Amino acid sequence: MATAEVSNKKTLKVQRFKPSDNPSNTYLTDEKGVWAWMTTVDHKKIGIMYLVSVAIFFAVGGALALLLRTELLTPAKTFIEADTYNQLFTLHGAIMVFFVLVPSIPAALGNFIMPMQLGAKDVAFPKLNLASFYIYVAGAIFTFIALAQHGLDTGWTFYTPYSTESSSSVIWVTMGVFILGFSSILTGTNFITTIHKMRAPGITWGKLPLNVWALYATSIIQVLATPVLAITVLLLTMERWLGFGIFDPALGGDPVLFQHFFWFYSHPAVYIMIVPGFGIISEVISTFSKKTVFGYWAIALSSLAIAFIGFLVWGHHMFTSGQSAVATTVFSFLTFLVGIPTGIKIFNWIATLYKGSIKMDTPMIYVFIFLFLFSIGGFTGIMLGALSVDIHLHDTYYVVAHFHYVMMGGTLIALLAGLHFWWPKMTGKLYNEKLAKIASVFIFVGFNVTFLPQFVMGAQGMPRRYYNYVDQFTAFHQTSTIGSYLLGVGFLIILYYLMHSLFKGAKSPANPWGSRGLEWQATSPPDFHNFDHTPVVIHGPYDYHQPMEEFQLGLAVDTNGHDSGTAKEVVDKERDQWKNYSLG
Amino acid sequence: MSNHSQAHPAHLQHHFVDSDQQFDAAKMGMWVFIVNEILFFGGLFCAYIVFRAWYPDLFTQAATELNTVWGAVNTLVLIGSSLTVAMAIRSAQKNQIKGLQINLLITIALACVFLLIKYFEYSHKLHIGIWPGAELYTYEGIDHPLAHVFFSIYYVMTGIHAIHIIVGIGLMIWIYIRAKKNEFGSEYYTPVEMVGLYWHLVDVIWIFLFPLLYLIE
Repeated sequence: MATAEVSNKKTLKVQRFKPSDNPSNTYLTDEKGVWAWMTTVDHKKIGIMYLVSVAIFFAVGGALALLLRTELLTPAKTFIEADTYNQLFTLHGAIMVFFVLVPSIPAALGNFIMPMQLGAKDVAFPKLNLASFYIYVAGAIFTFIALAQHGLDTGWTFYTPYSTESSSSVIWVTMGVFILGFSSILTGTNFITTIHKMRAPGITWGKLPLNVWALYATSIIQVLATPVLAITVLLLTMERWLGFGIFDPALGGDPVLFQHFFWFYSHPAVYIMIVPGFGIISEVISTFSKKTVFGYWAIALSSLAIAFIGFLVWGHHMFTSGQSAVATTVFSFLTFLVGIPTGIKIFNWIATLYKGSIKMDTPMIYVFIFLFLFSIGGFTGIMLGALSVDIHLHDTYYVVAHFHYVMMGGTLIALLAGLHFWWPKMTGKLYNEKLAKIASVFIFVGFNVTFLPQFVMGAQGMPRRYYNYVDQFTAFHQTSTIGSYLLGVGFLIILYYLMHSLFKGAKSPANPWGSRGLEWQATSPPDFHNFDHTPVVIHGPYDYHQPMEEFQLGLAVDTNGHDSGTAKEVVDKERDQWKNYSLG
Repeated sequence: MSNHSQAHPAHLQHHFVDSDQQFDAAKMGMWVFIVNEILFFGGLFCAYIVFRAWYPDLFTQAATELNTVWGAVNTLVLIGSSLTVAMAIRSAQKNQIKGLQINLLITIALACVFLLIKYFEYSHKLHIGIWPGAELYTYEGIDHPLAHVFFSIYYVMTGIHAIHIIVGIGLMIWIYIRAKKNEFGSEYYTPVEMVGLYWHLVDVIWIFLFPLLYLIE
């Protein structure tokens, strides 16, 4: 609508709105109190509520991981029973996938940042946005009920027939995942609509921040894949409850059909987790190189290409499940194809760095960690996609190391980059840069010490999910466990200095990084309506060769009756003379 | 775009620039939701295809247990309700609030007729022992060891569809109450159109379910 008209070379009267470094009114001072937070439809507050929930789940999932690693210090029993161990790795996986990785970047950071990057006041459907948060909470409650009953020991993949026979509380968790799926679907639907319909004047598709492109691709996957997971877990619930005979071979069903259904969601789901991370990397790398992103369209469209190809590769999880040889070959080939758009991204990011004014602040450090770890994760993924190699490596620690390099080394490191990048915007506070750098060293070293040995022992035949192991793997497992403790220390340091900055941190200016991004042209923390004017965009989000004032434009007050209520307030602010810009 | 200098209409939410943007956003969101629904049912259709390809005999034998006449009646009922919901939208667009209310009431009534017929179909099957799932299934009239699989698929497909009908009835009651309060007219009829879209979707899904389950030979 608005954009269609703007693209017809419409002339708008604009003026400069320089964001104040000392905002008197922010979304944090507006609507205070627990009840106001719980019933808010403000995308920023909902984003913060998601962020806190994700952090809590990450702490739980991380603690479970440390327990697992501690148990693996010795080849036989160290301190927990085998059944407990099965439950711990299942919960670690389920919590990290469904409650941390899937909502982490889109629902937490994306919710907060994306409408601001579009110059919108909110997402298209604010009430649905709040509903999605409570649906997420409801899904979590179901999962905790399962914990309080008999736990879950099927692995996060719920493979039949074991999941129909297991004595643990499978139905509670599958219903939890079913409910949780709606949260993801609502977020995706909301984001697609917001990106299409809520862009400020001048933001054409070619001027969308790459973070928005990445969230767009992610939302498409969420909308297309999640309903299939919903129906899958519903059928699984029915199978277990009534004996439907669709997945259980004893009743005439087919367990491989379950795997097809499950991975039709869960493989695209890994792109739900990683693609938003790509968006953050693009934003941070441009801001801290002070340079236009190299290959804007290549990066933007490769996100969509990954989303598309990601739907065609699910069969590579079933190379050893009795899938036909033809299907297996095709899936293997398609799996290699995913490497192309991903490689395009990596090369464009590297090219962006070239001759940039690189500033090694904490977000940028995490970008470099990301590039290193994610490349390892990606290349080992190609090896696993190769048929004969996969037969050898299937269900070993090599697979475990691979997806931790992608999911943790990719998504979580990108999340840390984004969190450190946008923390001043979200809270209005600066964190301790020195401690942040120390923590990043712990994270990087700890991560590699944990997971590099797993590649080696996996290649030597150590199977995943085993409680005991043969003596030859002891040194690898012990190294890995020590690494996991280092990682734990790193995250505790991060928790410490972020909390410290909340209460005692220095005040952040509106734009501490000198970014050209639209979200940085609002105050830190932003106003309740993000901007107190209607932003107008005339340059791309990474045009660092253009002067900063041309990124701070908004509709001149008297041309837009919509803003008449706040006209007085706006006139009082610092402003240049009005200018006329042709948008097109 | 509408004139900015006018006062905001009551229906315009604060975060939209104007009514057109609000309507476009709602419509797009609804279409994305419909895509969602199609993928959701798509999983079931996929299960149907797989099992029908594996056990064609099972499907032709078991389908004879379904009552084609009542299925056909229900198809007509739903197609009729799609017509009346479209007429409801048209009435709202033309400011005919009375027509909107009447058409909504007829649609609700037709939806209830559909559920009633479905209730009799279900209760007849449950009565003779055709229950969903192998554990409860006791009917012996079908000479196939996997007869329960067909009816599992039948119950889950038609059951989820029936849940959508119930949700649709709730939505239309909500729209009816708002129409009574005179909230809709040619200026603002977004919720009416969105519920109409949803209702057409529910209808289209049934149009696929009916031949796939009832009319196979």
